[in-house]
Amino acid sequence: MTDTILEARDIHKSYGRGPARFEALTGVSLRVEAGESVAIVGKSGSGKSTLMHLLALLDSPDQGAVAIEGKVAGELSVRQVDRLRNTMFGFVFQQFFLIPSASVLDNVILPLKIARVAPRERHERGMAVLRQLELDDKAANKAVNLSGGQKQRVVIARALINEPRVIFADEPTGNLDTATGRLVEDILFRLNREQGITLVIVTHDTDLAARCDRQVIIRDGTLVAAPEGPLPPVVDPAAAHAGPAVTHA
Amino acid sequence: MRLVDLLRTAISNSLRSKLRTSLTVIAIFVGAFTLTMTSAIGTGITSYIGNQVASFGASDVLTVTRTADDQLASRDGPAPYDPDAPTLGGGGFGGGGGGGFAPTPLSDADLGTIAATPGILTVDPIVPIMPSYIQHAGGERFELSVNATAALGRVDLAAGSQLSTDGTRNEIVLPTSYLDALGFENAEAAVGQGVIIGITDYLGVMHEVEAVIVGVQNESLFGSTAALGRQLTDELVAIADTGRPESLRQGYFAATATFDPDAGAEEVTAIKAHLADQGFTAQTVADQIGILQTVIDGVILIFNGFAVIALLAASFGIVNTLLMSVQERTREIGLMKAMGMSGRTVFALFSVEAAFIGFLGSAIGALVAIMIGTLISGILADTVLSGLEGLQVMQFAPASVATIILIVMAIAFFAGTLPARRASRQDPIDALRYE
Repeated sequence: MTDTILEARDIHKSYGRGPARFEALTGVSLRVEAGESVAIVGKSGSGKSTLMHLLALLDSPDQGAVAIEGKVAGELSVRQVDRLRNTMFGFVFQQFFLIPSASVLDNVILPLKIARVAPRERHERGMAVLRQLELDDKAANKAVNLSGGQKQRVVIARALINEPRVIFADEPTGNLDTATGRLVEDILFRLNREQGITLVIVTHDTDLAARCDRQVIIRDGTLVAAPEGPLPPVVDPAAAHAGPAVTHA
Repeated sequence: MRLVDLLRTAISNSLRSKLRTSLTVIAIFVGAFTLTMTSAIGTGITSYIGNQVASFGASDVLTVTRTADDQLASRDGPAPYDPDAPTLGGGGFGGGGGGGFAPTPLSDADLGTIAATPGILTVDPIVPIMPSYIQHAGGERFELSVNATAALGRVDLAAGSQLSTDGTRNEIVLPTSYLDALGFENAEAAVGQGVIIGITDYLGVMHEVEAVIVGVQNESLFGSTAALGRQLTDELVAIADTGRPESLRQGYFAATATFDPDAGAEEVTAIKAHLADQGFTAQTVADQIGILQTVIDGVILIFNGFAVIALLAASFGIVNTLLMSVQERTREIGLMKAMGMSGRTVFALFSVEAAFIGFLGSAIGALVAIMIGTLISGILADTVLSGLEGLQVMQFAPASVATIILIVMAIAFFAGTLPARRASRQDPIDALRYE
């Protein structure tokens, strides 16, 4: 009943050369079904961000292959890969990466600009997605003047505007206080539930990981446990101690 | 990205760091300003010289002289005497023949040879006319110098009309400097008025000839000489030759030859080559004035060189400015690439930004140059250069101003390619990690 939307087949990735060579991933295989929410959990430096980058076609593996809906990314042209990212994926990063001097609306419609969508349609879709995130009254504000929570909502709006099949979120709540972080999580999971958008979330926040359908635990470049299909939340003991602690009130 | 979006984004990016952009723009401004000024001076002087060329003779006219004997200078001792060589009479042009550079005069036989050259339609000897004075309405008498070749050309007129080619009356075109002296209010008042020209014959007897002023000529680079119509020229020559013994028939220092006005550059070159083979030097008016033009062109070239150096320096400013922008916007570039912007588009964004900075600098530079240049040119024309009528030192031709702007934009664009390349090659992940 489900289709595999993302697939990693025995991927290896290393950075640097000689003595500074660092094996980020050593043979990782993973399938993500359309509509599920997957948490990639692990210590910092475990390779979880690298895995996400490879799945999101931001980078290519040294060995192995990444396939999007069965198409092997390595066989696509650069242009096709750019287009795939533009039309299928949305990105939410820990750093907001908003253009501070541009308006909220302009920030949100950037993917549509890249996709050569006409100005009128850009405006309409931009306002629609801002309404959805209750930010339409801030459309003309400069991004720099928003609060952290508002900024992350703008980032989600930007990730949503191209009606993506997958949203990649790298520590989406890392820069937010708990309450705001919780709100942002709610938005993401609602999108997953209501619009069937696949979520791939990189986090070391165990609570956030627990809300996902499935956790993929990565340690020293390999998957520790990658249960196939949706499972009840499992908390990896290692992840509980990982990284800067996220405190909960 | 659509072209409009690309341009708009690039322009708004360049305006993001206003101070940095404006400093770069100033550097380009200096270069563009200088280039516009020098090109305007070039245009102004060239167009003035063009008028002078027109006033000096028609474009289908060759001035033919006997080619100076090259061996003369290197020969030890004097040249052997040739009893058949024609001599220059009438004075003034031969300069005594002692200089070694005086041209050997042309004989009537030479004129026949020139006329027989293929492509030559007519040949007329240039006869020096030395009138004694000019007088208007019984007033004071003034010396009159005459442009011997003017009958063939057109002059740069302040009033009246050109000399007619087949006129039956005695026509004269006077330079403006004669107006006051002869008692005319202005150029218009002089047109149609009669003057009396005094000339002595070979025996020293003074004759008076009446002539009508048909036009008034602007002062030219070549001094204040009057131009005489053909009818008047013939009459004055006839008087001057009255009483000259046949044995003292003079040679001519030069002749004018006309050719087909539709002849192309190659045909003219062929005619010149043919004449050169027979020992004659033939020059069009453009050739003669070309030497002056070459000197002016050289000076303008030097100025342009300075302007280009300024632009080169400015282009490094552009490189610097954009490298800083790339550095500053690393994360933004990474984000745009992550969202599917192609490296080519990123490259285009930064190079268009560079070209826009170039456009700002050059457009402002050209505009200011046009304003200041027009002002200076006007002031100069009224004061220092008032003696050279019709000279606007600086003329701003829209085509050359547009060319300068485009060239500067091209330079800026190429300067921008280095930072743009760096930006386009940025790895989105590295860019997004960058703190």
